[in-house]
Amino acid sequence: MPLDPDYLEYPRRRYGMDHDRYDWSMLTERKPVQWPHGKRLALWVNVAVQYFPLNQQGKPFPPVGGMTTAYPDLRHYTLREYGNRVGIYRFLKAFDRYGIKPTFAVSARLAERYPYLIRRLAERGDEIISHGWHMDAPHYGGQDRGDESGLIRRSLETLREATGQPVAGWLSPSKSQSMDTPDLLAENGVRYMCDWINDDMPYPFRTSAGDMVAMPLSTELEDRFIVQANLHSEGEYADQVMDAFDYLYAESEAQGGRMLALSLHPWVLGQPHRIGRLEEALEYITGHEGVWSASAGDICTAWQEAQA
Amino acid sequence: MKEDPGLYDYWPYENRPKIEWPNGARVAFWVAPNIEFYELDPAVNPHRKAWPRPVPDVNGYATRDYGNRVGHMRMMRVLDKYDVRGSISLSTALCEHHPEIIELCKDRNWEFFSHGIYNTRYTYGMDEAQERAMIQDAVETIHKHTGQQCSGYLAPALTHTEITMDLFAEAGGIYTCDLFHDDQPTPVHVRSGKKFISVPYSLEMNDTIVYVVNKIEPRRYGEMIKANFDRLYAEGAESGVVMCVPLHAYQVSHPHRLKAFDEALEYITGHKDVWVTTGREIAEYYIEHYYDQAVADIAAKGAA
Repeated sequence: MPLDPDYLEYPRRRYGMDHDRYDWSMLTERKPVQWPHGKRLALWVNVAVQYFPLNQQGKPFPPVGGMTTAYPDLRHYTLREYGNRVGIYRFLKAFDRYGIKPTFAVSARLAERYPYLIRRLAERGDEIISHGWHMDAPHYGGQDRGDESGLIRRSLETLREATGQPVAGWLSPSKSQSMDTPDLLAENGVRYMCDWINDDMPYPFRTSAGDMVAMPLSTELEDRFIVQANLHSEGEYADQVMDAFDYLYAESEAQGGRMLALSLHPWVLGQPHRIGRLEEALEYITGHEGVWSASAGDICTAWQEAQA
Repeated sequence: MKEDPGLYDYWPYENRPKIEWPNGARVAFWVAPNIEFYELDPAVNPHRKAWPRPVPDVNGYATRDYGNRVGHMRMMRVLDKYDVRGSISLSTALCEHHPEIIELCKDRNWEFFSHGIYNTRYTYGMDEAQERAMIQDAVETIHKHTGQQCSGYLAPALTHTEITMDLFAEAGGIYTCDLFHDDQPTPVHVRSGKKFISVPYSLEMNDTIVYVVNKIEPRRYGEMIKANFDRLYAEGAESGVVMCVPLHAYQVSHPHRLKAFDEALEYITGHKDVWVTTGREIAEYYIEHYYDQAVADIAAKGAA
């Protein structure tokens, strides 16, 4: 039996995208961006501060970095906990040493469980953005809109209360969304989100509650992706970050400001044998003129101002 | 289902008729950028899911969209630097979605060949009329937007039927990139008896296979390309061979990966006896000079 005739129909075959969320545009065709104080490269260091529950449901798919063995998976649970107990504090020392202004994407459930850690991060004055409720509470296609709306409201309210910050940035668990997610985020006061990894610069994103900004947080250059998913060595990780920096830094000379988005996990790079390689990369990057280490929100604002 | 696709005969690599490429080149070298469009919410094919996660699979979709927004222009700069013309494996609906990319390729006199309509529409399950219509649509779309006659084929998402080659040959095609059985062009059987060949398009050198399937480090990919070339260049002194590097701008054009690729391309194009060319030019040259000889040699050896 042949395929349904609809399979050879293409109702969204037209100019631009096959959806209305953002306009099609090539990076090279956009107005060059000027970062504050004449800087060439905005360095966005984003730290995922995640909670993976032991009683993972994994529906409709297991979280990236989640439990993998039969219950109770003490092995992965505690390895992820290592990041929030030990690794993160190594990160903080490294950031302070190299003058990095990090952004922390926090599972709301952690704010309930480990108030010390959240206070510690908030008191540093670093920006805290939402990383959803926890890693096993995904946003996904087919999710009930009311359920998702409640999940988003609860995640944001919990984190706003715990940090005293407006919490205007969002990173979905496993970077997964439903068709409604951007609308619900905008309704709840989120002005930028980091899930759409289709660009190296911020770009405008449409929602039913007004425009927001997509801030692409590279997965391809993420520590977890390179070290854990691809099994590259920590030395190879540092090489790739430095190669990425060199490329974007050179591109910024001809094409205007560029953004280097480093997605870090304290349970990956916070290990004693890996932290040195992260430090090596940070030392290399911050050793260059024209590097602006800034929070995601500040980069977002500067980008918006540069569009005017 | 058949035990063997029946597309070619066994033909040992040793003692074949000698191939001489133009100007005494040992290696015909071509680069095949895949310029693709993946749909956010494609029609469902009962034989293959388009996305691992429920629609919208933001991760999968945005990963591919990066190539169109950011990647192609970076890749073009590298290819321009070494005077390499791309042979584009094209999701032909991209002519409608992103004509700006098509114009940039036309400006460079690159070749366009069919990679289906979208890389989220699979051939599995199509009957003959449907597959013929899909191939015809792609061939006509390429002609309408580029003025080129489509000569080559790489099935969308590498999804085939038993008669894919037959249908593409009947639509005017002369070569396929879907077969990975050789380092030289080889005749391919099609039911019309037309002269139709396979032009090597290495999966092992394909950046998506390298990065996504084999999870190779970027610098090692650069070394692999050079090693692949070195051996083929040496063997090409005896008889001409083909080397292809298939690319995806959503893989190779990330800032941490371009340098290693750039260095590999510089290395290859720095050699004297390399014919830097396109898929169509290889296919036309081979069919004109070696096709009949190859068929006769295969028949004489009767090794199959």
